[in-house]
Amino acid sequence: MKKNLSWNEYLITGLIIVSGYSAILFVGLILFFLLREGLPSFREVPLPVIFSKRWYPIEDYFGILPLLGGSLIVTLGATMIAVPVGLSTAIFISEIAPRWAREILKPLIELLAGLPSVVLGFLGVLVFTSLLRRALDLPTGLTAFTGSFLLGGIAIPTIVSVAEDALDAVPRSYRDGALALGATKWQTIWRVTLPAARSGVVTAIMLGIGRAIGETMAVMMVTGNAPVLPVRLSMLFSPVRTMTATIAAEMGEVASGSVHFHVLFLIGIILFSISLIVNVIASAVVFRQRKRSERILS
Amino acid sequence: MKRLQSSHFRQITQQAGFTFLTAIALLTAITILMVVIYIAIKGAPAISWEFLTGLPSNGMRSGGIFPAIVGTLYLTIGTAIFSVPLGIGAAIYLSEYASDNRWSRMIRIAIINLAGIPSVVYGLFGLGLFVLFLNFGTSILAGSLTLAIMTLPVIISTAEEALRSVPQSFRVVSISIGGTQWQTIRRIVLPQALPGILTGVILGLERAAGETAPILFTVAAFFLPRLPNSPFDATMALPYHLFVISTQVPGMPVQIQYGTALVLIIFVLGMNLLATVIRSRARARRQW
Amino acid sequence: MIKIHIENFFLFYSDGTESLKNINLDIPVNAITVLFGPAGGGKSTLLRVINRLNDLADVKQFSGKVLIDGQNILDPDLDVIALRRRIGIVFARPVVLPFSIRKNLTYGLELAGIRQKQQLEEAVERSLQQAALWEEVKDRLDDPAVALSGGQQQRLCLARSLVLEPEIILLDEPTSGLDPISTGKVEASLHELKKQYTIVLVPHSIQQAARTADHAAFFLQGELIEFSLGKIIFTNPLDKRTEDYVEGRFG
Repeated sequence: MKKNLSWNEYLITGLIIVSGYSAILFVGLILFFLLREGLPSFREVPLPVIFSKRWYPIEDYFGILPLLGGSLIVTLGATMIAVPVGLSTAIFISEIAPRWAREILKPLIELLAGLPSVVLGFLGVLVFTSLLRRALDLPTGLTAFTGSFLLGGIAIPTIVSVAEDALDAVPRSYRDGALALGATKWQTIWRVTLPAARSGVVTAIMLGIGRAIGETMAVMMVTGNAPVLPVRLSMLFSPVRTMTATIAAEMGEVASGSVHFHVLFLIGIILFSISLIVNVIASAVVFRQRKRSERILS
Repeated sequence: MKRLQSSHFRQITQQAGFTFLTAIALLTAITILMVVIYIAIKGAPAISWEFLTGLPSNGMRSGGIFPAIVGTLYLTIGTAIFSVPLGIGAAIYLSEYASDNRWSRMIRIAIINLAGIPSVVYGLFGLGLFVLFLNFGTSILAGSLTLAIMTLPVIISTAEEALRSVPQSFRVVSISIGGTQWQTIRRIVLPQALPGILTGVILGLERAAGETAPILFTVAAFFLPRLPNSPFDATMALPYHLFVISTQVPGMPVQIQYGTALVLIIFVLGMNLLATVIRSRARARRQW
Repeated sequence: MIKIHIENFFLFYSDGTESLKNINLDIPVNAITVLFGPAGGGKSTLLRVINRLNDLADVKQFSGKVLIDGQNILDPDLDVIALRRRIGIVFARPVVLPFSIRKNLTYGLELAGIRQKQQLEEAVERSLQQAALWEEVKDRLDDPAVALSGGQQQRLCLARSLVLEPEIILLDEPTSGLDPISTGKVEASLHELKKQYTIVLVPHSIQQAARTADHAAFFLQGELIEFSLGKIIFTNPLDKRTEDYVEGRFG
């Protein structure tokens, strides 16, 4: 008797397999096109210029350091806001909140996650900038801090959901064991539950940072777009420019194929690489944790 | 005496800690609510039939936002057309066909990467490939394709989870009665996973509808007061329109800005609500 | 007459462990053959080889012959789909598909391309009668199958295995979760069914084995120790190990 696989099934199975591998294809395509348009900038712009401190494309100053610095300081600020708030909220939801509070809080966090970043940027521009300007008596409300604040808000849902999942996954027996030994609930959280969920929490933070680095619209609208390398802490309250905002703001006015064009793609390559590193590390952490728990639980 | 004191101290620490965490969570919740309510209050006066169905006029300072709404609708549909079959297909592959080897792990890493790429980099990619190389120009087609690839990871991961949640015993029964793998998937696994898949699709499309950066250089038109005629046309879109009227147009009436923001929020959150409703209804009617 | 002829059959799992060693067994037609023994003996594995369900598991390799009506079913070119339609299987836990009672039964027919309403209805009634479930569900065939009790679900699974009119029925501890009344109904059905079908049963207790077996094979750690008539093996086993197990000295 021969194998009876109809042509129909054969075709569909083939399509499914192709779909499966398409993700690899797309990552490759993205990398390819980024490199295609970005690498020429190394030929066109001498390396020391690229790593200089002046970004002024009109006069051929393509120093990306201020942009890197801008992204760095805004992301740092965002992390300092998002991590404490996000973790606290996650711990609250997972360990302390009564059932009804959880049912309200979780959808609210999802609501925040669903809000388009341009809406938050919009609110930032209209409301927050003037608030900040008046409160701290600044020349303008378009500062790195404004960006950090919004970015923090955008990163919070990511941190909360991943961290909450991680805390939830800690077996009940851990908590019960600690409580049975006489620990208070608070001590249990800090000495047992949180350490047990450590890798998930770290993943949450990393994914949150990744989200912050990659955000474009909100930062573009509120950070003032002045490509100045922030070297002092006080510059948190002056305008900066992030890498993402640079691409978004300038690509529209750039002639395709020009040096400026290529350098913007180069910035894209840098962003792609950063997110690659962050995400691969984050998933490696999760993967290792899963393997460890499989070994323990089997 | 000492033991009692330390227990008292521990109680105080716990109370303080709990209060602190509760306060933060509460503050976060209130802030989120206030954001939405504030926009709703300031934007509601602008919402009218003319606003929703009219064309912008006077340099967009008055009139309606119909082209932007339609543009976002078209982009969402276009994204769905490309990302849904591909995403579900990939999810079926990962859940039903792939074994745990180097290749399947590579696929998963690729998906994780796609998920993490900044949206503006997708915009660059879309510009490089679809707008320039394939010469689609600034078009709905280019924008939809770009958004589709961006949405793929969300659809694949939620769809795969939905497929995996279907009990393995169903598959075994189907095979033992003489079903082929595809028959089993088509008749049992896929239908049972459909609500979960649908939820994931809607959430993915909701994200695509709200994104600005990927459409900046691939489809978005600054001011195009007419509806697009073909997939090769550029179009206005709600997120981009909001960006433009809040930062690029001087003298823009505040009410229109809030109105546009409100419409965008309603569009996006409406999809969220739809997904939630589907998810809970499916859970109630599940036969396993 | 011999329905299933198993010759020098070995089976290894992918981690190298031997699951079945040198099985030589002839399963006669129109009778209940019971495979019994302590856990880990390979009985369920052997059962699944008969309808090639082991293809789904982590099997590294096997050797030997398994002939059904003279045809080697281990042949890689075999039409496995057609084979599985000739063999029905009932598992230890009742697994009803998430459909109505009727759809649970017509599912197998639809897979085989049978769509004629008349044919489907006849098959539904016939198989439910054979599983002694018809009277209980004939008025609610469109109700979801999950609404049935455990015993009813398992009899539904039995009916489902009969719907394509197979030649062989395999049962892997079919009554392990059931109450004695349901168990009795299932065993009574099997006594009727053996007149038409070849039945291979892995019982969940030795008492069940003794009640139902026309022929019985004792498996211990992957080896076939003894095979003879049911009447003989439970009262007068030849091998000491069989005797120890039957007497309850280990298990």
